[in-house]
Amino acid sequence: MAKSLGDVIIDIEKCKGCELCIDSCPQETLALAPRINQKGYHYAVKVQDNCTGCLNCALVCPEAIISVYRKIVK
Amino acid sequence: MSTIPNFIEIPVNPEIAQKEFEVYSKPSTLTDKPFHYCPGCGHSTVHKLLMEVVEEMGIQGDIVGVAPVGCSVFAYDYLDIDMQQAAHGRALAVATGIRRMLPDKLVFTYQGDGDLAAIGTAETLHAANRGENILTIFINNAVYGMTSGQMAPTTLEKMVTTTSPFGRDVSTQGYPLKISELLAMLPGVTYVTRQSVHTTANVRKTKKALRKAIELQQEGKGFCLVEVVSNCPSNWKMTPLQSQQFIQEKMIPFYPLGDIKTPEGK
Ligand SMILES: Cc1ncc(C[n+]2csc(CCOP(=O)(O)OP(=O)(O)O)c2C)c(N)n1
Ligand code: SF4
Ligand code: SF4
Ligand code: SF4
Repeated sequence: MAKSLGDVIIDIEKCKGCELCIDSCPQETLALAPRINQKGYHYAVKVQDNCTGCLNCALVCPEAIISVYRKIVK
Repeated sequence: MSTIPNFIEIPVNPEIAQKEFEVYSKPSTLTDKPFHYCPGCGHSTVHKLLMEVVEEMGIQGDIVGVAPVGCSVFAYDYLDIDMQQAAHGRALAVATGIRRMLPDKLVFTYQGDGDLAAIGTAETLHAANRGENILTIFINNAVYGMTSGQMAPTTLEKMVTTTSPFGRDVSTQGYPLKISELLAMLPGVTYVTRQSVHTTANVRKTKKALRKAIELQQEGKGFCLVEVVSNCPSNWKMTPLQSQQFIQEKMIPFYPLGDIKTPEGK
């Protein structure tokens, strides 16, 4: 069966820690880092290696800072 | 806050994160400037969607926007297209001028509820009634965001704001105004829809609505209004996630989503 392997790159310096991406991710791939960025926000990062590239996080991210990748492997 | 105790950040996988596998990235029609909006604010999401549509339709050089007074007063800093900023409430008057001087351009206004439905009601109503070939994107967050959360015409009954500290009392402060339904009654108005951006499904629908409205503009079909039921976490005194829930539980029951008027005859 074809499998969808996904990945995300988040521009963490522009993240405002709103958590909308985290809430929208069906895989619980994302969480807020305990560290903060230069603006003082906890930023979203990948904490599980299980992204499917479903796009949900990128759709809801108000800042448009999540790039999503999807590779279909047979 | 969902920071986790045993925090391990997973690095980017170079096998997958390659250009050929990219399925989403920020539209090139947005500038690099970070939005000044508060965390989780719907203004940012709608800016993003609008610019995705502009990029996909290849109309970056053909569309002119009018920014309002309100939190989105600096919209022109982010939307990488020709923009003009109008005095509070006057966006549709300015847009009418632009549209008439540059009849080949697509013209839109981007306005909050205070701008569109309070101080600018006359401009809004008459531009719609003239059937101006303009798209209005209307962000309904039920408060005056920029000036720190005063009651707006769209504030819900019993909703607490800085100028309705005991909740909006309709007996003295009037009823929340469904301006989209009002405008839909006018013959010059072609397409009126109410959408939201509080879930992934709604984000997709809002983008579709924006695309449809711009296509109708290309066909010269008259006035179009895309209302987006949005949030103002800062002045609602909520986290972004709580504000999404408030939209679902309180805003949408009063401001139901979906098409109000379509050229196909709804
Ligand atoms: C003529 C005039 N009157 C009042 C103001 C003050 N003012 C600035 S923004 C605003 C309300 C904006 O609210 P809204 O249109 O709902 O936009 P939001 O900030 O919520 O996006 C007001 C009353 C002004 N700038 N100009
Ligand atoms: S693309 Fe989908 S699975 Fe991957 S992080 Fe985003 S929401 Fe989660
Ligand atoms: S949705 Fe965007 S801004 Fe919000 S936490 Fe996620 S990456 Fe950061
Ligand atoms: S005050 Fe409200 S509407 Fe304005 S940017 Fe902040 S959250 Fe958005």
